[in-house]
Order: sequence, then structure tokens, then C-alpha cells
Amino acid sequence: MTFTRVSAKSLLVDPSPLTVPNERYVTGFVESSGRLTPRIGTRLGIADIAGAWRVRLGIGRGRYRVRPGLYAVGAPTPASAVLVTANYKLSFDELRKRLSGIDAWIVVLDTKGVNVWCAAGKGSFGTKELVERLAKLSLKEVVAHRIIVLPQLAAPGVSAVEVATASGFRVVYGPVRAADLPAFLESGMKKDAAMRTVRFGLADRAVLGPLELVHAWPLAGAALALALLSALPFSGGFGSRLSAISSVLIGSVVLGSLGFPILLPALPFRSFALKGAALGTVWGLAGSILAAARPLGGVSLVLASSAIVSYLGLNFTGSSTYTCQTGTAREVKLGIPAMITAAALSVLAGGISAFSRY
Amino acid sequence: MREWRYLLNGSSLALDAETCIGCGSCVEVCPHDVFLVEAGKARIRDRALCMECGACSRNCPVGALGVSSGVGCAAAIIAGKRGLASSGCGCSTDSSSSCC
Ligand code: SF4
Ligand code: SF4
Repeated sequence: MTFTRVSAKSLLVDPSPLTVPNERYVTGFVESSGRLTPRIGTRLGIADIAGAWRVRLGIGRGRYRVRPGLYAVGAPTPASAVLVTANYKLSFDELRKRLSGIDAWIVVLDTKGVNVWCAAGKGSFGTKELVERLAKLSLKEVVAHRIIVLPQLAAPGVSAVEVATASGFRVVYGPVRAADLPAFLESGMKKDAAMRTVRFGLADRAVLGPLELVHAWPLAGAALALALLSALPFSGGFGSRLSAISSVLIGSVVLGSLGFPILLPALPFRSFALKGAALGTVWGLAGSILAAARPLGGVSLVLASSAIVSYLGLNFTGSSTYTCQTGTAREVKLGIPAMITAAALSVLAGGISAFSRY
Repeated sequence: MREWRYLLNGSSLALDAETCIGCGSCVEVCPHDVFLVEAGKARIRDRALCMECGACSRNCPVGALGVSSGVGCAAAIIAGKRGLASSGCGCSTDSSSSCC
């Protein structure tokens, strides 16, 4: 990030004094109550869209940040609404692109580049950061009212009662999705059940797949090692055995990463590990039939792919929007040993199959 | 709308109806629409939808709600077990609707 010096009286963007991010989303400045505030655009550019895909693939996520501080959209006055968000640029972009035609103040908290919900869970989008930020920005001098709108998903980290006591601002929790903000503001800050509830639709889930896949590469390595072992000995069609076995196993890594999120609601059981095991078993069976695997080789493939998809499924609890800690802890406790056992048996079966005729 | 259910969801959620003043904060913050306010008191509509995020208990003005909250994220739990620093659940992520 580069910074431009501007000659302003008091710019409310970190770090004071007088530096603002020279980012493309800053389109100008708003003067109000004798202070200059950077105005941000509501149209995303190609760089923003490319950036969003980059972080979805896991590249530079920790660095995808916006400088904390006060920003403006449109031409806000002391009567305009104050919207608070996290400094993960994806959260910030999601907010600003919904605000065309709206005049508002935006307070960006320092959540260490983490999105609203995660930051609330970890406490970095919390009462303390909010209260301190409001004081630092002297928000009371910017607006005449005493209401701030927070994303609803910040609520696990923020106590509205404590914020009111410490800062004098009343917290109103807005909609879960920034897309509903215009309607929410229009209606005088009323929200219905749909605005309050988290969805986890097909598109929400599918978009998480690529990142799961990027994180799964160690598993793909292990799968390849198992494939090499099971394809032994080096004589009599090693190459074709290797390619058949590795397609089934690498396929299960891809299926567990990209397919599992999409198929989630269609899979049986509530447990993510069991959902994964079921999917992996079906995949392993189909694969061993197609690959015309030997009996023990088939057993090895089924065990390995169910362990792989089950592990990836369990990992997806981290991306889901409805798993609780108690349940996930139980899954980890029971599931991980089962997966390790299945993987060990799979290696054993694969090895025996390689050195026998079974 | 689809309602998502998971293992042991909501098992630790407790509502003390005596203390509740029916302010509706819990309804406002719950992302799974677990509560109703009826006749001046909150009621748990469907406990199995609760993901134990802690939003309701943190925002109840009279402390009528309790829930043991934490991240429902396997990577964080495994990292925690291995004694890794403060269970960072790979969580510098992602689409506005998801954690970890
Ligand atoms: S937030 Fe607390 S006091 Fe208010 S309705 Fe819910 S339980 Fe009752
Ligand atoms: S813990 Fe979260 S999901 Fe559970 S009832 Fe409270 S606000 Fe709703």
C-alpha cells in the first residue's frame, strides 16, 4: 500500500497525521464539520474483483486489508447513518458496492484483516476495539446523532450494552448481508427474519471449494504416495495401475474439496465426518470397479477415499455457518482416530495387494 | 428456507425466563432465528438450530441467556489440542457469510 501526503486539517484515517491510502477506492474527500474524510467509491474495479478471487484461492489473504479509520460514501452530513465494518478488504468491498446512491459514514475497525464473523468470534471485532476506535475518531464531532449500525454477525464479539455505556453510542445490528442494507436503511432500520438469518446456499458453499482445495495439497501428496505403493511391483503394467489408482485417490481429494461443499445438504447424516465418509466410500467403490482393481486393492481404495473425503468434510466445519463447537469437538475426538485407522488399514491392504495376486 | 442442523447444536443454550425482560435483543442478533418473544418473554423456538455463537448471551442486557460459545471449526480444535498458539482457525478468511 502506498500513501500520499495531503494537506488536510485532520484526516481521520490511520496513521494520523495526514496520510491516507492512495488506493483506487478513495475517489475524493468530503468536508464536514471542518474535517476532511476520504470518500470511497461504490463501484468495484477489475483489481477489486481479481483481488477477491486471489484471496479465495488463498493468496495473500492476511495482507488483504483496508486502513482502519473513517470514510465517507456519497455526501454524508452530521445526520447521516454510521456503518461499521471490518478491515478485511473483501468485507469492505462487499459493503461499499451495496451503497451506491446512499450517503453514509463508514467506520473501519482494525480487525487484523479478518472478516466480520471470524473477527467477532476471535474478539478483534469486539467491544474494546469499537469503543477505542470511536473515541480515536471523535465520532461525536462528526455526527449529531448517537446511533451506529453494526453488521449483525459482529454480535458475538460486541456487547451493545457495554458500548453504549462506554461510548454513548447505541448499537443497532443491521442485516447479516450487506446486500440488505439499502432496504434496512430505507425502512428506518427495521429488519425481517430473512435479513437476520444466515443462509448457506449453493453459491455460498461453492465459492469456498477452491480454498479448500488449495489447503488440501498435503493430502494429495499422501494420496500419491499410497498410489505408488499400491501400484507396485514395477513390472507388468505398473504405469496403468498407477494412473488408475492415483486418479481415484487424487479424485477423492478434489471431490472432498470442491464436491463436498456443494453436496453438503444432500449427503446423509448430520456429522460432517460421516457425510464425508459416505461420499468417499461411494467414490472409492465406483473407482475400484472402474479401475478394475484387485479385491484387496479395492478395499484399500475404498478405505483411503473414505478417510480422505471424511477428513476434508470435517475440515469444512470451519467454513460452514451452522456448526457448533461441542459437536465439532466430538467429531474430532471420534473421527480423527477412525480416519487414521482407515488410512493405516488402507496402506496395509494396498501393500499386500501389490505383493500378492489379491 | 432451509434450516441447518448439526450434532449437539444448542446443547449448552440456557434461557432464564424469570430474568428475561422481553427486550428482543436476542431475536435481533441470532443468525439462526432461534428465539421468539411472546407475551413479554423470550422463548427458544428451536434449540437444534443454535450454533453456540454467543451473540445472544453477550447482548442480553439482563444476563438471562447463557451459552458456552466457541468456534465450531475442526482445524481450530485440532490446533488447540496440539497446543498451538490460540487456535488460529486458518481464519483470516473469507466470504462475508462464513467463519474460519
Ligand atoms: S435479550 Fe435477554 S432480556 Fe432480551 S428478550 Fe432476549 S433473553 Fe430476554
Ligand atoms: S448462541 Fe448464537 S445461534 Fe445460538 S441462540 Fe444464541 S445467537 Fe442464536
